[in-house]
Amino acid sequence: MFFDHFNYWVFVILLMIGLYTVISRSNLVKKMIGLSMFQIAVFLFYITIGKVEGGTAPILLDKPDVVYSNPLPHVLILTAIVVGVATTALGLSLIARIKETFGTIDEEEILEQEDKS
Amino acid sequence: MEEFTDIFLMLLLVAGALSVLYVRNLFVATMLLGAVSFIMALIFVTLDAVDVAFTEAAVGAGISTVLYLGTLALVGSHEKASARKSVVPLLLSLVVGGALIYATLDDKMPVVGAADTPAQTSKVADRYINKSGDEIGVPNIVTSVLASYRGFDTFGEVVVIFTAGIGVLLILSQMRLRKEEKEDVSDIPTSETPAEKPDQQGSPHDLVPHVVSKLLIPFIMLFAFYVQFHGDFGPGGGFQAGVILAAGFILYSLVFGLHFTQQILSKRVVEYLLVAGVLLYGGVGIVSMINGGTFLDYNVLSADPVAGQHLGILLVELGVGITVTAAMLAIFYGFAGRADGRGEDVNPE
Repeated sequence: MFFDHFNYWVFVILLMIGLYTVISRSNLVKKMIGLSMFQIAVFLFYITIGKVEGGTAPILLDKPDVVYSNPLPHVLILTAIVVGVATTALGLSLIARIKETFGTIDEEEILEQEDKS
Repeated sequence: MEEFTDIFLMLLLVAGALSVLYVRNLFVATMLLGAVSFIMALIFVTLDAVDVAFTEAAVGAGISTVLYLGTLALVGSHEKASARKSVVPLLLSLVVGGALIYATLDDKMPVVGAADTPAQTSKVADRYINKSGDEIGVPNIVTSVLASYRGFDTFGEVVVIFTAGIGVLLILSQMRLRKEEKEDVSDIPTSETPAEKPDQQGSPHDLVPHVVSKLLIPFIMLFAFYVQFHGDFGPGGGFQAGVILAAGFILYSLVFGLHFTQQILSKRVVEYLLVAGVLLYGGVGIVSMINGGTFLDYNVLSADPVAGQHLGILLVELGVGITVTAAMLAIFYGFAGRADGRGEDVNPE
C-alpha cells in the first residue's frame, strides 16, 4: 500500500534536505541548522519503528489486553534530543568564537583568509 | 481521519524543512526550524511517543531556538549566497536518498505499525512492557526504562550534557583577543537582529511581554516541578523538567535582563548545580554498590525492592533534572554574557 512506508519516505526526504543543507551551504550557522534537521529526521525514523498499529502510549493502564507501543526507541530518542541540543550549543559557541577570530562565519571566506596568511 | 492528520503534518514538515533550506535570512530560518520541531512534536504524539513529543516541544521549539538567536546576535543573521555553484551536494544527497528509498521498497522494510517487526518482538521490549509493572512498579514504562533498566546509559548521557555545558562555558568565557574587531562586529547585529534587544534592559515598549511573562513564569516553574515529580505516572521526567525550568529562567532574563536572573541564580551557583546533579546520579550508584548491589541497582536501596526502585528513580531523575537545568542555563549565560559584554554602547547602564 502507498501509506505503508509513508513515514519512512518522509524521513528520507528530511534526511536529504538536512544533508544537502550541510554540504551545500557555506554559512556555518546554516550548516548547524541542517545538522539539526538531519537529527530530527533520525528521531522520526526511530519513533516510527516503535509504533504499533492500534497501540497506545507506553504508560501502564489497569485494563487487560492493551497494546503498548515499544518504549525503547522513545527512551533512546528522548535522551538523544537533550544531548543533541547540548552538542548543538557547543557547535554554536565555536561558531561565535570563529566569528570573533575571522570576522566572518562563511566557510569560503575563512578558507580564503587561511590561504592568504 | 488519523491518516489525514498524519499526511497533513508530514507535508507541513517537508514544506517547513524546504523553506529552512532556501530562506537566506538566518533569523527566519531559525524560527522556521522551531516550527518544524514543533510539528515534529505533534507527529510524535500521533506515534504514541508522548514523552519524546514533550521533550521535542520543550527543547527543539524552545531552548534550541533561543540558542540559535543568541548565536545570531553574536554573528549576524545574513547568509551570503554561495559563490561556488556545484552539483555534487545535490547529487550526493539524491544518491543517499535514493538508496534509502530503495531499502523501503518491495517489503524490505516492515510496514509502519506492524506488530511482528524485530523491534516489537525482541526480548527487551517484551520484558519492558510486561514485567516492568512488577519489577519497578512505575506506570510510565519510559521512565522505568530510562532511569532503571538503562540507568547506566542515561548516566552516560547526563555526563555528555555536563561536558557540553562545561565546554560552552570554557569556549565562551575566554577573553576576547582581537579588540579591533569589536566595532564592526557590534554594529551588524544591532541593526539586523531584534533578538538581541531583550538581553539588554527592556525598553518601556516591552510592557506586554513584561506583564504576561510575570504572570506566566510562576506557572512555568510549577509545571516544571510537576513534570519532574510526576514523571513516574505520566509523561515527563528529569530531562523535560530540567528544560522547562531552564526555559522559565531564560524567559525571565530575555524580558527583564540577564543580570536580574544572575542575582537569583549566579553563574557560580549554576556551575555548582551542574556538578551536583551528576554527583547525585553517580552517588546513587555508589550507595547501591555499598549496599551490596551493582552500580545503579536500586533494589538494594530499601528493604523492599520495589520501594528501592522508587527511591532510586526519584533521586536519579532529580539528578538529571538538576544537571539539565544547570547545563541549559550555563549555555544560555555563556551566549547572553558574550552578547552583553559586547553591546555596552547599546546598554543604558
